[in-house]
Amino acid sequence: MNTATAPVIEYVALMPILILLGAACIGILVEAFLPRHHRFHTQLVIVGAAIVGAFIRLIANWRQGRSGIMAMGSLTLDGPTYVMWSGLLVFGLLAVLVFAERKANGGVTTFAASAATTPGSKAEATASAARIEHTEIFPLFLFSLAGMMLFLAANDMLTLFVALEVFSLPLYLMCGMARRRRLLSQEAALKYFLLGAFSSAFFLFGVALVYGYTGSFTFGDIAIAVTLPTQGRGLLITGLALMVVGVLFKIGAVPFHNWTPDVYVGAPTPVTGFMAICTKAAASMALLRLLYTAFGGERWSWQPVLMVIAILTMLLGAVFGLTQTDVKRLLAYSSVAHAGFILTAVVGAQGIVATGQLTSVGAVMFYLIAYGFATIGAFAIVTLVRRSGGETNAMDDWAGLGRRSPVLAGIFSFFLLSFAGIPLTAGFIGKWAAFESAWRGGYKWLVVVAVIASLIAAFFYLKLIMIMWFQPPAEGVEVAVPSALTWVPIIVGALATLLLGVAPGLLLDVVSTADVFLR
Amino acid sequence: MTFPWLTILGIIPLIGAAFMLFPVRLAARPVGLIVSFVTAAVGLAIGGMYLGGTTFLEQVPWIKTFGAWWSLRLDGMSLAMVLMTVILTPIVLVAERKLPERIGRWSSASFFGLVLLLESMSLFVFMADDVLLFYLFFEATLIPVYFLIGGFGGAARRAAAMKFLLFSLAGGLVMLASVIGLYAVSASAGKPSYLITDLAALHIDGTSGRWLMLGFLLAFIVKAPMFPVHTWLPEAAEQGTPGTSVLLVGVLDKIGTFGMIKFCLVLFPEASRWVAPFMIGLALISIIYGAAAAFASKNLLRLIAYTSISHFGMMVLGIYAFTSQSITGSIFYMLNHGFSIAALFLVVGFMIKRRGTAQIDAYGGVQKVAPLLAGSFLLAGLSGLALPGMSTFISEFLVLAGTWTRFPWVAAVAALGVVMSAVYILSMYRRTMTGPLSADVAKSFESDLSGSEKLVVLPLIAIILLLGFFPGRTVETMQPTADSVMKIVQLSDPVPQAGK
Repeated sequence: MNTATAPVIEYVALMPILILLGAACIGILVEAFLPRHHRFHTQLVIVGAAIVGAFIRLIANWRQGRSGIMAMGSLTLDGPTYVMWSGLLVFGLLAVLVFAERKANGGVTTFAASAATTPGSKAEATASAARIEHTEIFPLFLFSLAGMMLFLAANDMLTLFVALEVFSLPLYLMCGMARRRRLLSQEAALKYFLLGAFSSAFFLFGVALVYGYTGSFTFGDIAIAVTLPTQGRGLLITGLALMVVGVLFKIGAVPFHNWTPDVYVGAPTPVTGFMAICTKAAASMALLRLLYTAFGGERWSWQPVLMVIAILTMLLGAVFGLTQTDVKRLLAYSSVAHAGFILTAVVGAQGIVATGQLTSVGAVMFYLIAYGFATIGAFAIVTLVRRSGGETNAMDDWAGLGRRSPVLAGIFSFFLLSFAGIPLTAGFIGKWAAFESAWRGGYKWLVVVAVIASLIAAFFYLKLIMIMWFQPPAEGVEVAVPSALTWVPIIVGALATLLLGVAPGLLLDVVSTADVFLR
Repeated sequence: MTFPWLTILGIIPLIGAAFMLFPVRLAARPVGLIVSFVTAAVGLAIGGMYLGGTTFLEQVPWIKTFGAWWSLRLDGMSLAMVLMTVILTPIVLVAERKLPERIGRWSSASFFGLVLLLESMSLFVFMADDVLLFYLFFEATLIPVYFLIGGFGGAARRAAAMKFLLFSLAGGLVMLASVIGLYAVSASAGKPSYLITDLAALHIDGTSGRWLMLGFLLAFIVKAPMFPVHTWLPEAAEQGTPGTSVLLVGVLDKIGTFGMIKFCLVLFPEASRWVAPFMIGLALISIIYGAAAAFASKNLLRLIAYTSISHFGMMVLGIYAFTSQSITGSIFYMLNHGFSIAALFLVVGFMIKRRGTAQIDAYGGVQKVAPLLAGSFLLAGLSGLALPGMSTFISEFLVLAGTWTRFPWVAAVAALGVVMSAVYILSMYRRTMTGPLSADVAKSFESDLSGSEKLVVLPLIAIILLLGFFPGRTVETMQPTADSVMKIVQLSDPVPQAGK
């Protein structure tokens, strides 16, 4: 007779995620029960406390060595999980500070007064005049962040899919909540949602096929099934391909990148900053885990395909970036190019590595963290350049920023140099690590292509630097004076970019001892 | 651990630069000058200690995962480059103390800051004994130069700065692939290490050695501008201020020839022997092409830039002729060229300051009104054409004599370049300084060299003459570097044969 056994859940080990999800639920209750004028500060305190609390618990768990496959086989807590969870929490905290910036926007946040009203309608005008704010953005943000953390730790395909939806759905909403240029913002949200829904469907179909072949959802079982010599691998390969499509969409790799420029531009800039790094980090790590642990035995099938995708992504991102005239679009194509650089490291999977050296997992993690600090800081600066009260992203309006506000322009240039991979920035070390892992995996000429793509990309970063420093200031543009909420991410981003460029050993030591996926 | 002299030397200008580039700029110019003089003093003290027999080596693990070290070392060649850098920087700062205010240009404080930043980076480049450390500073030097050209130059400065940066980045990124490849080789041999000594012990031969070497070489060819990747230099020199050009051509471009000796030859001896015929050919083309283009130039700054291309060809020829004499000559040439080109650029800078243009047509008969200026110009020019008695003569002679023992015909063709240099230098002097004096020119040159200008020119001329008449000690210091390179390349000097 079968007896139903109660599931074993390691609550302490999973506490970081539980804290975030719990805080998100409390945030929703706050929306429902607290008077409007109390909500903003309450939400801010809840978000801050939740992220800090989760971070402290995470570090404590890490030090206590709580690792293993948790929650009845659906989540894995291992080195990469700990590193990237910490990364996500730090980036999340920095990003949400920019969400809460009010001083630079005349006392309200950059989010729509009332997202449900039709743009241009009377109701919208009333809501704006009453200076109403959407504080729902904070619980949505927490759900999304928790979803991302789940996504990269998932150890079975169903958890992976659920996590994908948990982090995506709030993001679709957040994209449509800009206070200014609402139509653009809503269009971005719709585009993102439709394409995202498609990619989720692909992913789910892939899950079904892989399940059909292997008879199991968990990565460990799939890994075993993959190594068995069975006929009809077409099912497996097709399923794998469809799943990878779903994840590559989130990473923004070619040919699934088309949403990035539009969504980056339309979404409120603080959300873009959050999305640009956190989505990419979670999806890259999930892809790595999926490919290494579940499909490691099948890597002769996926490595060549991924290599082609990496090449296309790097080159297309770099070349299209050249023609952009909008700063946010430029950063969007830059993020596509960076997705390509990350994929070069992924392709170099399982090159021979001695102890204490960097594996491709370690390289990807370092790259993401290095890229993350610069991205968060860069988008925070993007929020500050204004024309007639609203944010302006036209490159012409950025002309002469070096004269108007040398400190911000200097820091922004520093971030751009880091994106370009110039030494003494974190970006250089990240590039070195990513390319090295591809080289060691035996893809030497992929490194050569990557180097060429870096050169093309460097051109547009430098073009922007040139515009900022060597052109006369544009008329009618002003730089908003932000509060500490925006300054903190900018300063932290710049310091971290410098520190990881000059003394990368601090992070490399951590990353290279925590770069093995638990199977 | 002994006192970290080399690290201190590199950090002093860095601190100065940080002070200069931050918004608080109290008394930027005096502070900048003081910092550069202190650096020079420390540098000279280190030089003195080195000649006294002290060895300088500072090694601390830096990025353990990559096998990279914070490793600085001095040998004869790097000492020469370090001394050249610390001497030229204060001279440039004195010369460019008062930048003419032009719309859209930056403040003097930023200029001082960027120059000091560049000095610090270049010092580290010359002292680095670890490939990754070298690469790091090699690439980092590009940023201050980019801003120096783009922020302070002439009308077309932005395009010139961009062109400079793109050429250099292209070379640098290809080199990055090689740097990564070196790591892969060293990691597969056991323990990854970027120390030059460890890498040289690996004896990287065969096809992989050749490819890796080519990556390095490409970056160095762009840097020490050689035909056909030299096109960025004339524009950068024409648009940049003379002071910027001194640092760019005199100091920074030396990294190219310096790197060829320190990295290409030492790490990939076999591949270097393989590529030598090609490099000698390229060097000959550069020598002749640079000289011809200099002769045809209508702009003084462009002319000087082209002479440099010719002279860099000579240095590269000396390196790849593989005789201890020619390599010593090349190293000595690197030093002399720095001072000689500095004198030329700065004196031309004084002329431009008075006349407002660098077009040769706009001058004529200057020696009648400004004899001191004309005299300095002539002396600087003569050192450029390697007149006996000038230091450049010794180095050019060593290169040619060394090359002759192995490739007589090559030396003969290269000697053509020497003849041509006499033609373009003297014709430049004739067209600008002699001939009828127009009223415009006379008005522009009412004042001869001022006190501070003399302060700029005198030390340079003195060094050129001093090294010309007493080259012994300096050449002896460089000889060990050349000898050790020869040993690594596994070639010995050809035995002179009687009757040939």
